[in-house]
Amino acid sequence: MVLPTASHFDALVALRNVGKTFPNGIVALAGLDFAVRPGEFVALLGPSGCGKSTALRIVAGLSEPTAGSVEWSPATGRGQQSRIGFVFQEPTLMPWASVFNNVALPLKLKGVPAAKIAERVEAVLDRVGLGAFGRAFPRELSGGMRMRVSIARALITEPQLLLLDEPFAALDEITRFKLNDDLLRMWQALRTTIVFVTHSVFESVYLSSRVVVMAAGPGRVFRELAVDASYPRDRGFRTSAEYGGFCRSASEALAQAMAAGGEA
Amino acid sequence: MSAHRSDRDRREQALRVGLPIFVLVIAVAAWELAVRLANIPPYVLPAPGQILQTLFADRSLLVHSLLVTLVTTFEGFVLAAAGGIALAVLFNQSRLIEYSLYPYAVILQVTPVVAIAPLLLIYLPQHLAVLACAWIVAFFPVLANTTLGLNSVDRNLTDLFALYGASRGETLWRLKLPSALPYILGGLRIAGGLSLIGAVVAEIAAGSAGAGSGLAYRIAESGYRLNIPRMFAALLLLSAAGIVIFYLLSLLNYLALRRWHESALTADK
Repeated sequence: MVLPTASHFDALVALRNVGKTFPNGIVALAGLDFAVRPGEFVALLGPSGCGKSTALRIVAGLSEPTAGSVEWSPATGRGQQSRIGFVFQEPTLMPWASVFNNVALPLKLKGVPAAKIAERVEAVLDRVGLGAFGRAFPRELSGGMRMRVSIARALITEPQLLLLDEPFAALDEITRFKLNDDLLRMWQALRTTIVFVTHSVFESVYLSSRVVVMAAGPGRVFRELAVDASYPRDRGFRTSAEYGGFCRSASEALAQAMAAGGEA
Repeated sequence: MSAHRSDRDRREQALRVGLPIFVLVIAVAAWELAVRLANIPPYVLPAPGQILQTLFADRSLLVHSLLVTLVTTFEGFVLAAAGGIALAVLFNQSRLIEYSLYPYAVILQVTPVVAIAPLLLIYLPQHLAVLACAWIVAFFPVLANTTLGLNSVDRNLTDLFALYGASRGETLWRLKLPSALPYILGGLRIAGGLSLIGAVVAEIAAGSAGAGSGLAYRIAESGYRLNIPRMFAALLLLSAAGIVIFYLLSLLNYLALRRWHESALTADK
């Protein structure tokens, strides 16, 4: 089933017929097609094992597709990887380094002068609400705060494309809601583009302007749903009938995707 | 609640320190008493008091020997640490080098150093031979632990470094070595004790032929002369040296890791 996707001309990045077969013979993705437009907030929603994370890693260049291609907007130019921020499932911080040094890492690796680094790290820590914690070590922070550090580190290079791989899955609901709101606020303030992998219907609808539902066995796009609700979204949206309606369609799409897909 | 708990902690701590001391006092007193009551001659078993007297009387000789052994141990330890870490880094960077050399590192480790020492003494000047023994015994734990540490880096952090285009050198310096640090320090803690053992073994093997005057040589020499109290005194110094080395390295471990690694964290933090 092929559904109309975004016109590839105005896409920031597009996966074209991407396939990924691992050396052990497992086919993670086959014929995966989707495009991300600049400024969009796309959620990749699917059951576990449908290849969402693999797709995200391919976009990031951390994994090579075995079929198809990843096409970047010509405007991005070469070295598009340098314009990517990535947030992993776990905070993935260096435990031996302070919050400041963790966030500064991408800039250090790019050889940015130390004076400039300090200024930018402080700014981005303020943005994620951790301005006072630069000298703390990761183990001294709560799970939610660690995830904020991880987001700050991804934001410090001012990426055009922010990729998040189920970043809040391990957090409690109260923290998750708070981080959802903060993420939306940052997305709007920074005018960046986000691809957000999740297995939560509610999270995908709350955050994104478009939900891409994936099916497993092998991983592919099953359906795309536009979430035509205006931003900013807040608690009011979370309890609205409109939100409930979108969640119902996304749930149905996910259920069908799971029925259509292979074993979960 | 917390005061209650710290009370219990303090009692626990007092027991941990107090009980071994109590056992020591009992054992030493029993020893002293047994020697006196049974009239055991000092060339069979000297009493603790006499050992301490000998330690004091022969202090200049024994302290000089202690320094000789400690210098060898220290040199062997530093070389083992540098060699073990360098070799592990080399193995980590090149699989071909690892495949070529690793089996020989293992062979060097599993061959008893007591058996190697006499050969080394034939080919090397004595000081170098002793040093080589200390190195051979001590370097392998550093190599093995550092290798394990360098291979235990968080996969996601490796990806992160790749994403930001880190060079091999940067990845090694900023990621692999720091995350291997707890393993390296663990290896060093073992290596400290082992380099003392290596130095002692080589000194014993050199025996009376040796011109050196380390503590182990003193023990061997005193044995020939049936100066049993001095043997015990030298032994006492050797084990004190071993204990100090162990605690110094534990302290280093604690200081380096206390801010971040689970192994160095106290329970209430």
